[in-house]
Amino acid sequence: MPHRLHRRLLAALVVGYAFLYVPIASVVVYSFNESKLATVWAGFSLRWWGEFFRNEAMMEAATLSLAIAAASASGATILGTMAGFALARRARFPARTVFAGLVAGPMLLPEVVTGIATLLLFVALERLVGWPERGAATIAIAHVTLSMAFVAVVVQARLADFDRSLEEAALDLGARPAVVFRTITLPLIAPSVAAGWLLAFTLSLDDLIVAQFVAGPQSQTLPMLVYSSVRLGVSPQVNVLATIILVAAASILLVARAFLKAGEPAGDRIARRDCSDAGTIAH
Amino acid sequence: MDAGHRRGGDVVNRATRSPAWRDCALAALVPYVPYLWLLLFFAAPFVLVAVISAGDAAPDATPPIAFTGSGGSYARLVGDPLYIAAYIGSLRIAALSTLLALLIGYPMAYAIARAPESWRAGLLAAVILPFWTPFLIRVYAWTGLLSENGLVNQLLRGTGVAENPGTILGTEWAVCLGIAYAYLPFMVLPLYATLVKLDGALLEAAADLGAPPWRAFLTVTLPLSLPGVAGGCLLVFIPAVGEVIVPDLLGGADTLMIGKVLWDEFFANGDWPAASAVAVAMLVMLVLPVMALQRARGRALERR
Repeated sequence: MPHRLHRRLLAALVVGYAFLYVPIASVVVYSFNESKLATVWAGFSLRWWGEFFRNEAMMEAATLSLAIAAASASGATILGTMAGFALARRARFPARTVFAGLVAGPMLLPEVVTGIATLLLFVALERLVGWPERGAATIAIAHVTLSMAFVAVVVQARLADFDRSLEEAALDLGARPAVVFRTITLPLIAPSVAAGWLLAFTLSLDDLIVAQFVAGPQSQTLPMLVYSSVRLGVSPQVNVLATIILVAAASILLVARAFLKAGEPAGDRIARRDCSDAGTIAH
Repeated sequence: MDAGHRRGGDVVNRATRSPAWRDCALAALVPYVPYLWLLLFFAAPFVLVAVISAGDAAPDATPPIAFTGSGGSYARLVGDPLYIAAYIGSLRIAALSTLLALLIGYPMAYAIARAPESWRAGLLAAVILPFWTPFLIRVYAWTGLLSENGLVNQLLRGTGVAENPGTILGTEWAVCLGIAYAYLPFMVLPLYATLVKLDGALLEAAADLGAPPWRAFLTVTLPLSLPGVAGGCLLVFIPAVGEVIVPDLLGGADTLMIGKVLWDEFFANGDWPAASAVAVAMLVMLVLPVMALQRARGRALERR
């Protein structure tokens, strides 16, 4: 392996990362622009930052979005962990293939299709049983469905390369399955469960399409507000919001990496022992 | 994989003594909680879509839950050239976007895989980071860059590539660029995964046998990385087909994509049966690529 990158490869990286980061950087730069026009630079100013924090609709939408994201991420984490567990550990239960398809579905289908379908269900349910009224709750339910698949994939992957002999030893020593799950399984998969929660949280904060379909007239999430202000002519406040979210996302990513890193030493130990086990069996 | 599960089953049986029995009964319920949720909130809605799509196309503020079954929406779907154009437009734009993402993503993935090992984690994280920032805002950022006096046009004029590039914003090219940008990490990650596993000895052998680097790349690296190319292309192509936000913000009046048509059919026209029929048409369109992706994933899991 060469220790220096070839000049042409370095150029590929520079071009690629420029493509990825120039648009994002431009948003951050223009959040400090004096001018109201998105493409004209008229000098440095904190004007839009001030207006952003005085914008009550923006604050209200942000609060609603954060609440929905926290609720739906928690629901998706519980259901997604169960689903991931079932897929990794249960070789067969009735209609396992159908279940696997249902778990993968929300990840693969276009959000417009999922959005309109979910709305039709909510409307039909409301007519039949008077529940649920469209609003924050319906957005949260739809987001749980949308993001539990991602949690399931993360948890399933972790369980797939997980040393079962620890659990088996505890069971042999007489621990009840629930105790084994709480004291051994859960701590070992905790990093991926936490990462799954963060992923679900971000997905919910990011979603415009499904929310637009299932929201009630009173509930407006942050992406819905941003979308309408972008469509009505760009408000420089959107740049401010984008900058704040960028900083928050970068921080969340760093925290998530720290979580995964914290889980790594245990994982590495297990992986190393797995290899030595395989070695013994092979000889 | 099966052996592991059977072994797990034995362990559970061994532990089937008094208080543990209740645990096992609870554990047996585990798959069914998410299962029921998905049946109610994911599968059932599609039955409703199918039922309503068969109803007559009629602009109405409330959805017609009653089943009329005339298939009028489908007749319109096939008869109206707008829908056909949108259907083909989606496939064309998704294919072009995928190609663009491949052209940008392959050199990146190749360079990361060839970078010193200590750099790779950081370089990959830098590819993923933009993905954690809001989609809407990443797309919106391009509206400024692609406008008449935006950065891209200034660059094109400044470097003399084009004297008068015109406004890119509002064209199909802007849409392709936006989609390629938004889904680039989906392309880079699978490509990196196959390229990093590539055995360097094969390239050395090619060099020893007198192949110049470009020839070694074309005859060794590229064929061996095709699974990654296929995986990355599917991961970009599938969401690109159903894209709504990118054509809405970056495209023009003549940009026709099926997801946007569904969106307008619902929000602008309030036509529930027509929107449902378009949804069914989108599902049909995605059956093949989604199946290909699932098969590829299954094979990748088996190999592990």
